[in-house]
Amino acid sequence: MSNAQIEIQLIASLVAIACAIPGTFLVLRKMAMISDAISHSILPGIVIGFFITQDLNSPLLILLAAITGIITVVLVEYIQKTGLVKEDTAIGLVFPILFSIGVILIAKNANDVHLDVDAVLLGELAFAPFDRLLIAGVDVGPKSLWVIGSILLITIGLLFAFFKELKISTFDAGLAASLGFSPAIIHYGLMTVSSVTTVGAFDAVGAILVVALMIAPAATAYLLTTNLKRMLMYAICFGVFSAISGYWLAHWLDASIAGSITTMLGFIFLMVYLFAPNKGVIAVLYREKQQRTEVSLLTFLLHLRNHSEEEERHVNHLNEHINWQKVRSKTVLELALKNNMILIENSVVSLTKKGKDFTSQAIDYIITNEDSKIEHMKDDFFLFRG
Amino acid sequence: MMNEDKENQQTPSAGRIAVKIDDLTVAYNYKPVLWDIDLEIPEGVLMAIVGPNGAGKSTLIKSILGILNPIAGSVSIYGKSYEKQRALVAYVPQKGSVDWDFPTTALDVVMMGTYGSLGWIKRPGQKEKKLALEALEKVGMLPFKNRQISQLSGGQQQRIFLARALVQDASIYFMDEPFQGVDATTEIAIINILKELRKANKTVIVVHHDLQTVPEYFDWVTFLNVKKIATGPVKDIFNDDNLTKTYGINYKVSIQE
Repeated sequence: MSNAQIEIQLIASLVAIACAIPGTFLVLRKMAMISDAISHSILPGIVIGFFITQDLNSPLLILLAAITGIITVVLVEYIQKTGLVKEDTAIGLVFPILFSIGVILIAKNANDVHLDVDAVLLGELAFAPFDRLLIAGVDVGPKSLWVIGSILLITIGLLFAFFKELKISTFDAGLAASLGFSPAIIHYGLMTVSSVTTVGAFDAVGAILVVALMIAPAATAYLLTTNLKRMLMYAICFGVFSAISGYWLAHWLDASIAGSITTMLGFIFLMVYLFAPNKGVIAVLYREKQQRTEVSLLTFLLHLRNHSEEEERHVNHLNEHINWQKVRSKTVLELALKNNMILIENSVVSLTKKGKDFTSQAIDYIITNEDSKIEHMKDDFFLFRG
Repeated sequence: MMNEDKENQQTPSAGRIAVKIDDLTVAYNYKPVLWDIDLEIPEGVLMAIVGPNGAGKSTLIKSILGILNPIAGSVSIYGKSYEKQRALVAYVPQKGSVDWDFPTTALDVVMMGTYGSLGWIKRPGQKEKKLALEALEKVGMLPFKNRQISQLSGGQQQRIFLARALVQDASIYFMDEPFQGVDATTEIAIINILKELRKANKTVIVVHHDLQTVPEYFDWVTFLNVKKIATGPVKDIFNDDNLTKTYGINYKVSIQE
């Protein structure tokens, strides 16, 4: 690997981590669309900052863009508060207008400015190593590496300092307010971090990938864990993995790096969505099928237990009594027979001792809701509860 | 059991005023939800706030706790502003106000009750964990401490919320419909804990919907419908007259004399 290749992967990975952290909280706060809005509406801030500083990595530009990001959030909330339109409509109104102001500003000054809309939307990670930071004439690395590195350090510092506050205000804003942790301060703090991260990531990966890096890793992690700290860790891992594998995908396909990273993000989400152990589509389908079978079995056994009359228990009339199709009755009958839960004598079905015990235990299990009492039964009956 | 209830029904000793509300008016978009509320809640009562939907019951609690800003009036907790007395107050919001799919465990939610005493930045440690475990024990939820909160039943979720308030070891407890969507067992468990709090001279204020249980559970009641209709001991003021004034229709609740 050449130095430039390593630098590109490093920048992409740092961007991924810096995005995953605020992204996790945005996903949990159901504010994914806000990151979309911010990433577009900071454009006028960037353009104006660029006119003044002529440097995409200048702190002033980042500050101006971050302020535009906050203005976006405030405008969205203001429009929403009037009660005339819903939040998604407010977002849809605000960011295209701000974005188009940026587009017009670029177009009007296209001749003087080294900035174009394509680069803004998709970024150009491949060129990032060419813009070096020189300190006293010494080359210390690409500028964007330093920018995103600083932003990431601040983000991690804030995360460690305010993890508790972020958690409580995300989970229960009312409680947070009553305990004296102003949800508004935390909300705008998170919005500021999201805006600054977006600006920092912008010239490397562009507006569209920033959204993907904020939302996709967090959404993927959400499917895999029920622990906030782990969700953050997983989101970071998915982000970095997509950044690096996306880079090599682009290398191999000779395609856009940003596009390839986003494709990897989508691919990983799809894989987890399908194969996640508990919440994954396949796991859910499998569990539902098992559950259906076991519940049918129990229904059948209960019927046998509740009816002593022979006519209710005749093999050929079972389907009529339980109101099932013949095939289903037959499958269930065979399943019960195979597990020694029933006996068939002269075409009349009756429960064995094992069948009786199983039925009473299953009923206990279903109606008991105390863990201590049913802990030992879990392995036998876990499917009844889903 | 019955005797114990009778004892608790007595008017609390002429003690201090726990919560005092003066001329409180709260509006959403300039539409008043609470009009000029004056209310004094004595220390050591178990008080129900009753009133129809939209009467401003939750709004009243949220305004006392500084979650909503009133357009007029003031609230004091033991004579001082809420901001100065936060440590004395615990709050149980409506169960539906949070996302129960949030990635966290029962124990972790109860630990959140300790955040107030920790203040900004400082993180909970072993001491806070121990307090949280004790609170879980009190509400009978210790076996569920590591459960993800979406895996709990509605009643269990409500107990977790109660434990989170207990861990604050406050003097005044505000609860917004703690009996909503819980089964009979949980309701009894909760009311027993509330009665224990009252025995310890804590003040408990509950937004309540089931009028039938008011005389059995509470010793103090406030009727609210945008304006305050009446407040006082249940045995003196919980009658058809006040119910009719509050609910607007001819209300008949048989009250055992």
